[in-house]
Amino acid sequence: DITPLSISLSPCINPKMAELGAGSLLLGDPAFNYQEAELNERLKRLYPAVNEDETPLPRSWSPKDKYSYIGLSQNNLRVHYKGHGKNHKDAASVRATHPIPAACGIYYFEVKIVSKGLDFLSSLLPLSPIPGWDKHSYGYHGDDGHSFCSSGTGQPYGPTFTTGDVIGCCVNLINNTCFYTKNGISLGVAFTDLPPNLYPTVGLQTPGEIVDANFGQQPFVFDIEDYMSEWRAKIHGMIARFPIGERLGEWQAVLQNMVSTYLVHHGYCATATAFARATETLIQEDQTSIKNRQRIQKLVLAGRVGEAIEATQQLYPGLLEHNPNLLFMLKCRQFVEMVNGTDSEVRCFSVRSPKSQDSYPGSPSLSPRHGATNPNLHSAGADSPTCSNGVTPPNKNKSHNKYPGVSSASSSSSSSPSSVNYSESNSTDSTKSQPHSGTSNQEETSDSEMEIEAEHYTNGVAENPSARIMNGTYKHQEILQAQDISLGNGVAGTDDSCASRQLCGGNQAATERMIQFGRELQGLNEQLCREYGKNVTHKKMLQDAFSLLAYSDPWNCPVGQQLDPMQRENICSALNSAILESQNLPKQPPLMLALGQATECVQLMARVRSGSCSFARVDNFLH
Amino acid sequence: MACLLEAPLRISVLSEVTATSRHYVDRLFHPDPQKVLQGVIDMKNAVIGNNKQKANLIVLGAVPRLLYLLQQGLSSSELKTEVLGSELRTEVLGSELRTEVLGSELRTEGAVVLRTEVLGSELRTEGVVVLGSELRTECVVLLGSELRTEGAVVLRTECVVVLGSLAMGTENNIKSLVDCHIIPALLQGLVCPDLIFIEACLRCLRTVFISPVTPVQLLYTDPTVIPHLMSLLSRSPRTQDYITQIFSHCCKTPEHQTVLFNHGAIQNIAPMLISLSYKVRMQALKCFSVLAYENTQVSMTLVNVLVDGDLLSQVFVRMLQRDLPIEMQLTAAKCLTYMCRAGAIRTDDRCIVLKTLPCLVRMCSKERLLEERVEGAETLAYLMEPDVELQRIASVTDHLVAMLADYFKYPSSVSAITDIKRLDHDLKHAHELRQAAFKLYASLGSNDEDIRKKITETENMMDRIVSGLSESSIKVRLAAVRCLHSLSRSVQQLRTSFHDHAVWKPLMKLLQNAPDEVLVMASSTLCNLLLEFSPSKEPILESGVVELLCSLTQSDSPALRVNGIWALMNMAFQADQKVKGEIVRALGTEQLFRLLSDPDTNVLMKTLGLLRNLLSTRPHIDQIMSSHGKQIMQAVTLILEGEHSIEVKEQTLCILANIADGNTAKELIMTNDDILQKIKYYMGHSNAKLQLAATFCISNLIWNEEGSEADAMTGCQERQDKLRELGFVDILHKLTQALDPNLCERAKTAMQHYLA
Repeated sequence: DITPLSISLSPCINPKMAELGAGSLLLGDPAFNYQEAELNERLKRLYPAVNEDETPLPRSWSPKDKYSYIGLSQNNLRVHYKGHGKNHKDAASVRATHPIPAACGIYYFEVKIVSKGLDFLSSLLPLSPIPGWDKHSYGYHGDDGHSFCSSGTGQPYGPTFTTGDVIGCCVNLINNTCFYTKNGISLGVAFTDLPPNLYPTVGLQTPGEIVDANFGQQPFVFDIEDYMSEWRAKIHGMIARFPIGERLGEWQAVLQNMVSTYLVHHGYCATATAFARATETLIQEDQTSIKNRQRIQKLVLAGRVGEAIEATQQLYPGLLEHNPNLLFMLKCRQFVEMVNGTDSEVRCFSVRSPKSQDSYPGSPSLSPRHGATNPNLHSAGADSPTCSNGVTPPNKNKSHNKYPGVSSASSSSSSSPSSVNYSESNSTDSTKSQPHSGTSNQEETSDSEMEIEAEHYTNGVAENPSARIMNGTYKHQEILQAQDISLGNGVAGTDDSCASRQLCGGNQAATERMIQFGRELQGLNEQLCREYGKNVTHKKMLQDAFSLLAYSDPWNCPVGQQLDPMQRENICSALNSAILESQNLPKQPPLMLALGQATECVQLMARVRSGSCSFARVDNFLH
Repeated sequence: MACLLEAPLRISVLSEVTATSRHYVDRLFHPDPQKVLQGVIDMKNAVIGNNKQKANLIVLGAVPRLLYLLQQGLSSSELKTEVLGSELRTEVLGSELRTEVLGSELRTEGAVVLRTEVLGSELRTEGVVVLGSELRTECVVLLGSELRTEGAVVLRTECVVVLGSLAMGTENNIKSLVDCHIIPALLQGLVCPDLIFIEACLRCLRTVFISPVTPVQLLYTDPTVIPHLMSLLSRSPRTQDYITQIFSHCCKTPEHQTVLFNHGAIQNIAPMLISLSYKVRMQALKCFSVLAYENTQVSMTLVNVLVDGDLLSQVFVRMLQRDLPIEMQLTAAKCLTYMCRAGAIRTDDRCIVLKTLPCLVRMCSKERLLEERVEGAETLAYLMEPDVELQRIASVTDHLVAMLADYFKYPSSVSAITDIKRLDHDLKHAHELRQAAFKLYASLGSNDEDIRKKITETENMMDRIVSGLSESSIKVRLAAVRCLHSLSRSVQQLRTSFHDHAVWKPLMKLLQNAPDEVLVMASSTLCNLLLEFSPSKEPILESGVVELLCSLTQSDSPALRVNGIWALMNMAFQADQKVKGEIVRALGTEQLFRLLSDPDTNVLMKTLGLLRNLLSTRPHIDQIMSSHGKQIMQAVTLILEGEHSIEVKEQTLCILANIADGNTAKELIMTNDDILQKIKYYMGHSNAKLQLAATFCISNLIWNEEGSEADAMTGCQERQDKLRELGFVDILHKLTQALDPNLCERAKTAMQHYLA
């Protein structure tokens, strides 16, 4: 229950006479847009764990959820009282647009008392219940400084407040308490055991009363971030001190296993071997198998999908036949890479680009990025291990010649010591041989799709490009840059900085080959449709790929996104997982699984309204 | 029985232990220097963490020997440089032979041989003397002074490490070490260039100086020590850590602060606040808190210091961040508090209001350790003591007033049952907690009536103060009486809670044989309790307080004299004849007149106040003047003639006005022409207050009351005539035109009486 001028929290209000559109929202106002940007930035910083798609943050007073005596202005942030204020029945209130999301952990808003109105009226008002108000509301009243908790009788709480004062309200969703602040000073806990889903609310009762809200539009008077830092430290301390009991001794083994399996999964063969040697552990997978996977991954990431398909078929016969969806995805990608001019099938036509199959470009740069990208780090870490892997490092150009097949002008796709040679004719044959794979049924199709999605999800690869810090993403730009430097030629690549970017590398024969390949792909799609029924995803994929040809500059067209080397990463990890699975190995490294579980767990905490999720962010622990 | 059996057993064990310990000491005297080194190293391993062993070795005289070895090493290394310093040798022998042997393994071997041979014992000197023999000289010159120093340093460093280990033991150990003059020896060692050795010396010095038994003055006896320590600050994070610790513990007086300040402590230590090492940052911060405490010079300098482009106050504010260790937050808050109290930071500065004060309030919360809560409360009390606005803010911050009530709940009943260790801990801190809470309440309530009300309404507050007044701990008693004093400034509290809880009883008890600092507070509180509206006044009077107060007026402490006479003044206000008589009798006229010539103006003012209160209502005036009139008139004359402030003179003229109000007492003025002339003078004084007081006096003299006795009437006529003769009427005439409305009014009334 509310008496004059209170800053409160309420589960909801039932306005007697709702009034709409009192506020004046000027979207075109540049000052407003600037403020909006500042607000977004501040809210993101204060409440990083909140997913606003699920639980939007309060940003203004709600023109819908208010009493008729309430007027709103200034982008629905200013509240003024326009009733008579003769008795308590004239009290009115307004709540914010949204309830406070639990994922905030700690939520804070401030209200500035612009004008206290006519004092004599407010002093006359008795503290009696006001009809229409929900039971579970919590308030702090300016007249007497009392706090009110679901009843008409207040408890002495803090000082009174009046014109010019800034009153803040902080909801701690970790321990479900609330405290108020006055002019930046904390007044101490007002309520405990708060229920969930409370709205910031303000109640007025005196003519002339005006208050301005600050939901983050302005810097707060109270240092809420300092308060948050204390709780962050508390939660981190709790995590650090969490008892791990009996299994203490096993930790080292568990951690070593996690690191080892991660290295193996991504095919860092030499590093994995060195790690295993140092820690005296065993690697489950056979060395050659790791190297093979590494090679295939590198091919995909370099945009040589055709070669990758060939290699896969050669090394893992039957794998792609059993995964027609994967094959289709690969082929689609191959087409895109042809447009790009990177696939070997078109590249061999290119005059400007020598046969460079001998060097797997940028191979060492596979390392997933954590946080800020550091090209130097990549190339530095590249040297020695890749040599022992038998893969030519990009910066050792001269040594290429030592390997067999380097000088070969044919399209032999491999030159590494552990070489698996196959000819161009093979690759074209393989496309034809594809369609007869018919063992998998519809269920499997959908299953594998889901799995690909799941992989993508648990790896924490967010669609949002700003979340690049997650594991499992590879920055392709660097790989190609490294390649450019090492090969010393202007590969008609996808690098945005490359000025001579042309369709299929600008070669007529290559373009013809691409068109032919497109037809084959179309055929494959139709075949798959016949066997498994229509597949919307496939259709879309194909459409997108073909759309590239409709534009004179495919790199700057609405579907040009596909040409981004980043797009290779998903298909690459899908292929890698499929290979691992076919070898009865886990298709994801336990490290990723653990990371994915932790991330998911934190998100689950937000959904079950555990406020501490805000300060137990997984990214806080990834450096 | 058990005791009897045990005693001989213990002796035998002890002798056994000393026997094994003796072995360690004996080895320090071995002629073979290598054996000595080994002996020192073994000793080091034996004493680590073993207080008994430490005590044994000290008893057996290991310390002087270790110090001897230490100093021996120092002096011979000096000797060595002297010998080697001769240019001839170094040039001729050195350049030739060095090239030959350098790089070969011989070199290292030679070094080892030499090191062991020359190591620390008396042999060392010999070694130096024997340098003449060719081989030796070659070696020495060849291997250079560095190697030789190394060799010597190993033994010396080991010696210092053992000494440091001994210092880590009990306080008695430290006493023994200090008695053996360990401090000068170690300070001497700091001159050595070897960093490892310096660090060992500083570590040992740190351990010795942080002990309460070490006289801090020892750091300041040699004036070269402080500058040298300052110069060592840049050597390593360890030297920074140890030296700042030494400074923090040895800076106890304003003089110490000045010494450190003059040697550039601020400039040298400030960069450490952003050191990578938390330890160093923390020690630097502690050092600043000690330097700035009640020191305006240091505080004023601190505010202008820049560290990496930031003002020092900003650096301190950053250290208040809530996710930092509590120790750091608390110490940074202390620094800011001291700077604020010294006037270097305004009390309304954001960094005080929004940062320091809330941080200190947080330190008082239940979540903090008991020690932190004590420090937090004391610092907060100190911060806001002079500023009512800060008091108001603190009183509403985080329910501070209620939070403090928790300070009285130790040892808690729960802890007593469940955990003996906890009970012990609680008991140890219970006094400290209570006194800190009383201090903070005193500070909170010193100005604002609403806050006082809030405090007295806190659960059992008055009971707690009452029991605090009679606690065994003097610190608690003092803090409790301070708190009571602060609350006694409230009229409302005096009328209500003070009377309800009969606080005067324990207060009176406290006044008997209490130390001066308690007496000052208690008597000051008593002054307030004796105000005429205080219901406690009556029972206090009956308890025979007059004698006690009179004895206070004879104290050497001006504060006590003021409080004593002040209380008497309050007591005499509107009192009956009996009380007044008792005061005059107990005080004695001699003492009264002695107080009128007291060098302290406050004492003089309150004594005059007392006189004025005594000389009120006509019968009282006449009675007192009949017995003491002569002396009083003398004293009044003296004060009016003397060099006194306007206030004193005004008060004195008021006394005269009171005397003039008496029936018979009037004559004492009328017959004293000197006094009448003085009154005339003050009526024409430039100060309106004095004019008013003097006019009051004249007005009383010419007063004629209707219906009074005929002889009084005639007396009145006589007085009026005499005053007219003396020219008072003219002055009164003039004063009716005065600008001051009060004065004008008073003069007009007097003139009317003339006419009547």
